[in-house]
Amino acid sequence: MTMNRRDVLKSLISLPVVGGLAYAWYRKRKYEKFLRMNIQEELKLSPETPLYNLNNSQEKEIRLGLIGYGIRGKDLAVAAGFAHPGMIDEWKAGALNDKQDKRYEDYLAQDSLNARITAVCDIFDTYGRMAQEAGANVYREGAGGKMGEGPKRYLNYLDLINASDVDAVIIATPDHWHGPMTIAAARAGKHVYCEKPLTWTVEETYEVRKAVKENQVVFQLGHQGRQNESYLKATEIIDQGLLGNISLIEVTTNRNDPNGAWVYPIHPDANQNTIDWQQFIGQAPWHDFSLVRYFRWRCWWDYSTGLSGDLLTHEYDAMNQIFNLGIPHSAVSSGGIYFFKDGRTVPDVLHTVFEYPERDLTLMYSATLASNRKRGRVIMGHDGSMELGSSMTIYVDRGSDRYKDKIESGIIDPDLPIFTYTPGLKNVDAITSPTEQYFAGRGLMYTYRGGERVDTTYLHISEWLKCIRNGGQTSCNIDQAFEEAMTAHMGTLAYKENRQVFWDEANEKII
Amino acid sequence: MTLSQKLLLVALRLAIGWHFLYEGLSKMANPNWSSAGYLLDSGGFLKQFFYNLAANPNVLKVVDFMNIWGLILIGLGLILGVFTRAAIISGIVLMVFYYLSHPHFIGIKYALPSDGSYLVVNKLVVEGLALGVLLAFPTWKEWGIDRWIFGIRRAKG
Repeated sequence: MTMNRRDVLKSLISLPVVGGLAYAWYRKRKYEKFLRMNIQEELKLSPETPLYNLNNSQEKEIRLGLIGYGIRGKDLAVAAGFAHPGMIDEWKAGALNDKQDKRYEDYLAQDSLNARITAVCDIFDTYGRMAQEAGANVYREGAGGKMGEGPKRYLNYLDLINASDVDAVIIATPDHWHGPMTIAAARAGKHVYCEKPLTWTVEETYEVRKAVKENQVVFQLGHQGRQNESYLKATEIIDQGLLGNISLIEVTTNRNDPNGAWVYPIHPDANQNTIDWQQFIGQAPWHDFSLVRYFRWRCWWDYSTGLSGDLLTHEYDAMNQIFNLGIPHSAVSSGGIYFFKDGRTVPDVLHTVFEYPERDLTLMYSATLASNRKRGRVIMGHDGSMELGSSMTIYVDRGSDRYKDKIESGIIDPDLPIFTYTPGLKNVDAITSPTEQYFAGRGLMYTYRGGERVDTTYLHISEWLKCIRNGGQTSCNIDQAFEEAMTAHMGTLAYKENRQVFWDEANEKII
Repeated sequence: MTLSQKLLLVALRLAIGWHFLYEGLSKMANPNWSSAGYLLDSGGFLKQFFYNLAANPNVLKVVDFMNIWGLILIGLGLILGVFTRAAIISGIVLMVFYYLSHPHFIGIKYALPSDGSYLVVNKLVVEGLALGVLLAFPTWKEWGIDRWIFGIRRAKG
């Protein structure tokens, strides 16, 4: 077959099309690059993500005492590297049923912190025994697997604190015990990781701070959100003033399931013989034995700090991390028990407004435990706004002065985000329960280091252990914990006394 | 076939080729692109299969790679008219997979926004059928590089 000129042309008919597409693509890329350059001119962000290098020097093993093995105590033990064999079995089964269930895989991937649980204390026998089993599970096995030496169980927290083979304690008890236990531990020279909030009463807050400072122990408050990669990036953006003058920060809690409203299941083994009720009451007003109060203690002021201490504090601490807000000038609160009329005394709907006149801004917290409607955590500035959760999105404000020229010339479209930051973008993760989804969405469960999903609580404990070994400051230290507690107490007092409360900075008093 | 019939078929081939090629190039140019979001939004009777593809990071990497290079090579094949038959068949297979992952059957809802209103038939079906038409009326033997490839083969034979 011979080919003439006409045939050659016909066979190459499409070359101009390839050229056309190449040219159009080049133009499009150039235009996008131009937009990006212009936006990058504004957003001078460090491109690298924080490294997953905790540098826990492995020379010294830290001996831990765990006080409280309830819901949060179990999480903290897992983060420290001690999952109960039953949990391992549950995760394994979960992974078999659902390939997206990565709990077991993540746990095995979690680096050892070179810590050992030598002592546990829980006043409910079943949990006390389970805590021992978790502490013995050094090989990360399921039930029937190879176990190490189990920790000793103490029936009273003071005996645990004073034990000679305990260097540091993790406190995961009801709120009314945080203060007394931290004070006792600090006085015994033991380092403390305490769950939030720092304290149950205003008075003990001063005592706790004094005890921690005087005895120079390493203290970490359990706001694991401090480790969230998005917050670190958000801080960078805010510090550059990219959002302009920020006048309003709106943070929220939106939950809608019994578990989220603290209506936790009651363990079948629990009764007057298996629970040390006297010790549970502690400094709280006396009440006859009640399983409901024991397992759902967050619903009563007698042991709890309500929404203020439990969930507002996470939101406040995130903002305190980014803005260094400190204790507010004043607070007002309102709300009520509108949905969970189950005998609780703490509100299930609460709004607290904190004023920071010297910063020219308001921090507004709004919570409901009876609707899942997603309300973000939003930082509002004159030039832009930021929505912050496990990811971060920034929009330029239509009325911005800073970006006025770029909005007019079409380089910036206020309807589209100019920056979205999603750590671990390419990862597919499964999150199981609504409460877990709530925490994950608010960046309280997982974050990413170098593209790997990491448990924020693990990072938070790891940082605490690192400071115990090598010195340095924990990211939620006693000063920030003091600010957190006072702020929450102001919100609670404003609600309970139905008035505006003020912070007298000179005398460090709520008035 | 009349000249206008031929020209329109070639134009259709070029247009589909352009669409495929650009889809592939834009995915390649975006370092954050992944098929995971689309796979996890799957509906219909095969959704579990697509979820499983997304759940395994190694499989997902293969799926992403095959999507990007599949689209680019199919696009180039259609435009240049080179190994056009193989390109068209691969294109139809790809359309079938996309459709099975997101069929527009009654009662199936998707989180990803759709650019139109569909009942059973959507643009994937139309583009897949258009590829079928191209397969039934081959234009590449005259208008495309395949003319050389097959011409030379024939000359040798």
